[in-house]
Amino acid sequence: MRWGVAVFPGSCDDDDVLHCLRNVLGQDVRTLWHKDPFPGGCDGVVLPGGFSYGDYLRAGAMARFSPVMQGIVDFAGSGGLVLGICNGFQILCESGLLPGALTRNASLRFVCRRVYLRVEDNRSPFTRLAEPGELLEMPVKHGEGRYYANPATLKQLDDNGQVLLRYADAAGEVSEEANPNGSADGIAGICNRARNVFGLMPHPEDATEAVLGGESGLKIFSSMVDEIRRGSGS
Amino acid sequence: MSGGTTKDGTAGGTPGNGAASTNLDAAPVTPEVVQAHGLTEDEYDEIRRLLGREPSLTELGVFSVMWSEHCSYKSSRRHLKHFPTQGARVIHGPGENAGVMDIGDGLAVVFKIESHNHPSFIEPYQGAATGVGGILRDVFTMGARPIASLNSLRFGDVRHPKTPYLVNGVVGGIGGYGNCIGVPTVGGDIYFDECYDANILVNAFTLGLVERDRIFTGKASGAGNPVVYVGSKTGRDGVHGATMASESFSEGSEQRRPTVQVGDPFTEKLLLEACLELMKTDAIVGIQDMGAAGLTSSAVEMAGRGGSGVELELSHVPLREQGMTPYEILLSESQERMLLVARPESVEQLQAIFQRWDLDAVVVGRVIDEPVFRVLSEGREVAAIPVAALTDAAPTYDRPAARPARQDEVQRLDEAALPQPENMNRVLEQLLESPNIASREWVYRQYDHYVRSNTVVAPGGDAAVVRIKGTSRGLALTVDCNGRFCYLDPHLGGMAAVAEAARNLACVGATPLGLTDCLNFGNPEKEEVMWQFSQAILGMREACLALDIPVVSGNVSFYNETEGVSIHPTPTVAMVGLLEDVERIARPWFKEEGDLVVLLGSNRGELGGSEYLKVVHDRVAGRPPAMDLTLERGVQRTCRAAVEAGLLSSAHDVSEGGLAVALAEACFGDPGIGAVIDVEPEGRPDVLLFGESQSRIVVSLKKQDYARLQELASTENTSCEVIGRVGGTRLVIGNMVRARVDHLKNLWSTALERCVK
Repeated sequence: MRWGVAVFPGSCDDDDVLHCLRNVLGQDVRTLWHKDPFPGGCDGVVLPGGFSYGDYLRAGAMARFSPVMQGIVDFAGSGGLVLGICNGFQILCESGLLPGALTRNASLRFVCRRVYLRVEDNRSPFTRLAEPGELLEMPVKHGEGRYYANPATLKQLDDNGQVLLRYADAAGEVSEEANPNGSADGIAGICNRARNVFGLMPHPEDATEAVLGGESGLKIFSSMVDEIRRGSGS
Repeated sequence: MSGGTTKDGTAGGTPGNGAASTNLDAAPVTPEVVQAHGLTEDEYDEIRRLLGREPSLTELGVFSVMWSEHCSYKSSRRHLKHFPTQGARVIHGPGENAGVMDIGDGLAVVFKIESHNHPSFIEPYQGAATGVGGILRDVFTMGARPIASLNSLRFGDVRHPKTPYLVNGVVGGIGGYGNCIGVPTVGGDIYFDECYDANILVNAFTLGLVERDRIFTGKASGAGNPVVYVGSKTGRDGVHGATMASESFSEGSEQRRPTVQVGDPFTEKLLLEACLELMKTDAIVGIQDMGAAGLTSSAVEMAGRGGSGVELELSHVPLREQGMTPYEILLSESQERMLLVARPESVEQLQAIFQRWDLDAVVVGRVIDEPVFRVLSEGREVAAIPVAALTDAAPTYDRPAARPARQDEVQRLDEAALPQPENMNRVLEQLLESPNIASREWVYRQYDHYVRSNTVVAPGGDAAVVRIKGTSRGLALTVDCNGRFCYLDPHLGGMAAVAEAARNLACVGATPLGLTDCLNFGNPEKEEVMWQFSQAILGMREACLALDIPVVSGNVSFYNETEGVSIHPTPTVAMVGLLEDVERIARPWFKEEGDLVVLLGSNRGELGGSEYLKVVHDRVAGRPPAMDLTLERGVQRTCRAAVEAGLLSSAHDVSEGGLAVALAEACFGDPGIGAVIDVEPEGRPDVLLFGESQSRIVVSLKKQDYARLQELASTENTSCEVIGRVGGTRLVIGNMVRARVDHLKNLWSTALERCVK
């Protein structure tokens, strides 16, 4: 099993994802440099958080044009597993792999805090080891994480079970107070229709070790490992 | 920025004439021009003596920045010598870009704090952002990967009309830069006092991690080695130093440009990654960032350390603007630039790395044997100055110092004459809502404190804790200074700053490694300010010696005054501690119903300089709490030993707001929990509840562990007394305070946002 972690100029959480996959989960990981073509041979790809190309135009807007991204779009098209975290989520939306957009937080301020996420649907390679309604706890840290989509798209997302995670309170209730950025319908993460591309604003890679305050981020990565293992029959 | 004094940021005096078109080199050096460069007549005579001739205008500019307070420490140098800088773990002390300390496992930490006060007042967002950028470069220029930042902020009264604007700008700028470059901001402090109304303080700290045998220094050696410029292009930003308003220069073609540089964290991120990639090779022999005084100070300081000379050809310097004169190129303070000395055979390899990161890397000169700073422009010599004339020969001053007459007056406090509030509940509420005590979450929520996935204790505790990957160890970090104490008694205040920082580290269970200081003071040409400065340093020294903590780096910021009124002396201390086992730590919050609440140290009934006096009685007066360093040491050692032994459920330092506030804060965990405290005042209840006596830590632990804590305390001759029990939903203190924890916590957690949003 082999993982690729994309590295754009301005990626910040690439080391965090590498550490989690390599040292916590013992996976075989390589970095995918933005200027190089997508090498193939990957079972799963992660687009990490950060400020790709400085995010000076619009978060994630430049990265979609990078050589490596062209290959990742094709990889996703052929059913490959792609996880986009924070800036990675923004890139997935900009690339058209996921619907909707991420706009400035309702507070107009960067927000860094721990949040609870309610697992809305476990019929995906990214949440298969979680129970529906299960609460995961991990940090958010972003200035542009307010998920927006038009009402028709939001309805489709719901109808198709594409909303995998919503911001919730400690009791599991989705509420305005629990929503750190004003996202529509409390959406924290969605997948595409084919369910092989997943984007979320919170950072599961920062919640994979007890010493850092919790391990519930492992649910996402372990689900992917499990999916890949089943798919490859190994 | 390797050095630093003056209203930081822009070093020294540069005349307000960017006048690109005229040939500044040829302009005559008149007495007015000398004065406009912030040089005295005596200093100018010395320059002529050192050169054996008249300097050109360009040379005068070079002298003015290198001899500025900022680069030369001319007023502070003889006082800074008092700091203890030696220690078994010290690898590089003051004098390098940042301090370096051995932490075992083949690793070292590199850290420093630096001010960006004046630029942040003029343009809060960019001033603070470039402050963060500068300190990051100081750390990675030594080969270290930055893994944690702190900041220490002082603003004016929250009711001052400008304060919310400044707070929002500074916090936004720190977050904007730090978040984007991917270095977590794990802690800091922030206080408000009217003495900072027109002179805020923005001090930024960064710590990096480096392999012990891969430390780089800012040294130019090996004649013939190429000098390479990397990073952003050079513009005119910063040339018009903020200090300068020479009439003879400001007429006519004056082009106003912002004197505050604009930060580009994205470029800095590329520069960081490219430099660290380069440092895995053996391509370079020295490296230094271009901070204050830009290309000039980096080249001169590197030559000085290497005992060599440097020759630069300015026509090779990448420029952002056309028509820049040698004067401007040499003195520009454009951000995100570094100067390297490479091995000749490695230039191509070096350039390939920078190209990969889309950055300029250009050979702009070479190291020479002759110890001279020689500058050419299109082959024409525009400056040739002996290196030693710019470094060792820079003037130093023993400025007169005198205790001000009013000091006795400000220290006078007749406690008996203070009206006694009737309702201590109400006073506690008032204090919890004071912007100097209320939760800082509104601030730190705007900083990424998780990136790099090392953060064990996020902001909000006594000290932040980050783990060191690949080891079982951790680092604890804190920044502290009570400016009010320093104003009332700079010697005691200096001691208290060091002691409190060390105490905060003890609360999490860490052993102090070393400290870096940022000495923010008023005008050193005033006797009173020099007295405050020298006293504060002596106080800090005393505490450092008693607690065995070396000073490994630092920065001085003078001239923090407006309309003749100085800020409170504010010698900010950032301290780094080591944890052998990062999983064995304590946090401030009560955890278990039934735990005993124990006070280490004793209540000594001191009200002087307290937040209570200020908030309730509107007084800044009295003597600050006395400092018994033997007791302090005992309290810290006891707490540390108890954390290491796994005895404690919580540990929290008693500071602003005194015992009552410390107890309330200990109740504010998630979820909150109450406590019943059984203490009786010997005299006035307000003195017991809100006095800020030093050397106290509130801990909680299981009843069965108390005997072991007592043993540890008695070994250290430290008093250790059960004062209550954890439990319930209320905080009850004798018959003085009785309040619901959720009510208090709500006031405390929302107050700061209400003040400054």
